[in-house]
Amino acid sequence: MTFAEYDPEGFFDEMFAGAGAPRAGAHALTQVIEALPAGEIERRQRSAERALLAMGITFNVYGADEGTERIFPFDLIPRIVSAGEWRTIERGLKQRIHALNLFIDDIYHERRILKDRVIPDYVLETAASLRAPCAGMRPPRGIWCHVTGTDLVRHSDGQVYVLEDNLRCPSGVSYVLQNRNVMKRTFPQVFAASRIRPVDDYPSHLRGTLEYLAPEGLESPRVVVLTPGPYNSAYFEHSFLAQQMGVELVEGRDLVVSDGLVWMRTTKGYERVDVIYRRMDDDFLDPTVFRPDSMLGVPGLMEVYTAGRVALANAPGTGVADDKVIYAYVPKIVKYYLGEDIILPNVPTYICAEDADRRFVLDNIASLVVKCANESGGYGMLVGPHASKKEQAAFAAKIAENPRNYIAQPTLSLSRVPTIVEGAFEGRHVDLRPYILYGKEIYVLPGGLTRVALKKGSLVVNSSQGGGSKDTWVLAGDPRLDTDRPDIDSVMATMRQEQRSC
Amino acid sequence: MLSRVADSIYWMSRYIERAENVARFVDVNLNLMLDFPGSSDQQWQPLVDISGDTDDFAERYGEASQDTVIRFLTFDTKNPNSILSCLRTARENARSVREIISSSMWEHLNQSYLMLTAAASRRREISDPHELFSSVKTASQAFTGITDTTMTYNEGWHFCRLGRQLERADKTSRILDVKYFLLLPKADDVGTTVDDVQWAAVLRSASAFEMYHKRHGRISPTRIVEFLLLNEQFPRAIHHSVKAARESLHAITGTPTGMFRGPAEQLLGLLCSELAFAQVDDIIGGGLHEYLDALQTKMNQIGTHIYDTFFAGRPAAPKRQPQRRAGVAPIA
Repeated sequence: MTFAEYDPEGFFDEMFAGAGAPRAGAHALTQVIEALPAGEIERRQRSAERALLAMGITFNVYGADEGTERIFPFDLIPRIVSAGEWRTIERGLKQRIHALNLFIDDIYHERRILKDRVIPDYVLETAASLRAPCAGMRPPRGIWCHVTGTDLVRHSDGQVYVLEDNLRCPSGVSYVLQNRNVMKRTFPQVFAASRIRPVDDYPSHLRGTLEYLAPEGLESPRVVVLTPGPYNSAYFEHSFLAQQMGVELVEGRDLVVSDGLVWMRTTKGYERVDVIYRRMDDDFLDPTVFRPDSMLGVPGLMEVYTAGRVALANAPGTGVADDKVIYAYVPKIVKYYLGEDIILPNVPTYICAEDADRRFVLDNIASLVVKCANESGGYGMLVGPHASKKEQAAFAAKIAENPRNYIAQPTLSLSRVPTIVEGAFEGRHVDLRPYILYGKEIYVLPGGLTRVALKKGSLVVNSSQGGGSKDTWVLAGDPRLDTDRPDIDSVMATMRQEQRSC
Repeated sequence: MLSRVADSIYWMSRYIERAENVARFVDVNLNLMLDFPGSSDQQWQPLVDISGDTDDFAERYGEASQDTVIRFLTFDTKNPNSILSCLRTARENARSVREIISSSMWEHLNQSYLMLTAAASRRREISDPHELFSSVKTASQAFTGITDTTMTYNEGWHFCRLGRQLERADKTSRILDVKYFLLLPKADDVGTTVDDVQWAAVLRSASAFEMYHKRHGRISPTRIVEFLLLNEQFPRAIHHSVKAARESLHAITGTPTGMFRGPAEQLLGLLCSELAFAQVDDIIGGGLHEYLDALQTKMNQIGTHIYDTFFAGRPAAPKRQPQRRAGVAPIA
């Protein structure tokens, strides 16, 4: 397969500046791919898929019978991010998480940002994800959002925008690590000739972040990952992260609160738990505080947490920052708490609860993307230009009925990456979810999950809606400065020689 | 180790072992049929009895025949002890402990399950039964090998072995019970080819044919019972399995050999001693069926005690110790 026929078709393409013109960091990869014998790339693609299935790296499709376990589709052509661009993204994400953490802390305490009239009162009063029981809470070391996955997109203007924040239990990082493993096996020559920043140390960064939260004075705090169980769609990830960090994976029924502490049941009795990386929503954590019908949580957990004898990551209540109306205020939040201009801009957002914005949205619904303020996963969303008149009218009615629950944004022209489609390369739209850890300092995993809308023309990248994933390569500086690595020409020469001798 | 995790590992290995045993029974019976073409379907009912699901089978299938029994024992997802159900249960258990077991163990089990579901979806008729049952047996044996070469011999490994050995002892006792009951009454057949071939099949059902012949040479019902029940060295003999289970139980609790703490250790220790001192003639004299019945009751009790001791959450609430961080909370 070659890129000779590949055409960016006027979209911003992450790999090609124009037809036949790969971007600076993509030369090595395009050369290696084009030098492969016919059919080889498809063979490697199939072998990668088989590997993922054999490893059981699958997600469960809700409401479906057995045999519907699927692999998250994976495409071999990576998204490449240059070192310079990544520096900006990294700075922007650190700034954003720093400010959002100050914001969450403020709204559960003094609420200065409301008193100073930066955000109108009604926004918080009506925020479905605000957790009243969290008011006045002091999470360990003042950190609320320990693990964040922020969704980024690039528009045709070349600018990278923040599309949404995920401060609850963002998933997907296990795919980042697994995709990289598959890619290293598939394109060793490219890794040999490029400087691609590794991602393998994420689990150890995560463990460090979690241990940092443990109650003071413990030499070796016990960290656990709390999962809703094997039937959760992200169970693979929970189990993978526990294994990679070398900690226990527990379910709610393994834990018990007694004598002001959290314990887990073991074959040799009870052992104390100090830090819980919980991968379930606030609502299910503790039936005595949140949803009383939750069977997944641990009764009494919040009391131990409030007393500072167990740490929870992320802190309960952080979900308030995921509200898409609050999202619209993030540039102001950054300015207010840090006195800085925002580095990574938001997508312009119309708040349907504001009269002027709502009128504009209702008049222009055919050209806008409308989103529910509290949904994620690609649900509760209208892509105006791709929707029928009937669907548009139905959404307009919902907006009129409950304006607080909706925001709207212009339909972006998401950037594309070449993707293998039936034996040829075709451009497909992508987004990018980097992962940010907030412990002793803020750490951004170089890269993240590149999600790709596999359907032609589609802008929806979620796995539940026909999306797939790609590896994300963040390049480490100028490869010409790297003298101990073979250049791509010598790697290519070896490759050709090997092929001839086969 | 978490109680839930120990429970899952134990059942994971029990169900893999069970799948292997069912595959072997069916395969041996199919072979036996080839030696007696045109023989009746009577030969198939005992297979259902061995698995202990006689009532469920009668209700849903009625008469036992080659076709119905194979369907029931192979791909019937409503039968919790069919090969497919066993592997599915094993895999579900493995999935919930995949951060504890080695990834080779998980991948192997996952692939075995996918292989079987693919075979199940291809057609209702099994095109090459011998190949299918062989691959199930090999999958289970390979799993044991992978477990022994990739997993640390820690508490989890011992729970794995405990489950496997108890399951194996149980199945060998059922083979003996059912077949002995069926074979002995027919006085006409004693010493005939039919008899010898049938007894050879019993041995094959426990993979014991070759090893038995190395030890005893010719077919003798008494020696076969002795071999499968009391031999200490043959890996599918009950005595051997029970001893291996006892070793693992002691490794889990840390109780020194020769000492017994708690009802599970006591009962298992007692059973080992009984088997060590038993004489086959006494057993047959007193009734093999009665002996095996009592043996199964004891193994069920051991299973219950293992559940109570390790898997059920302890009822007493933990308390902080004065100098906390000793790790284990006191248990009332």
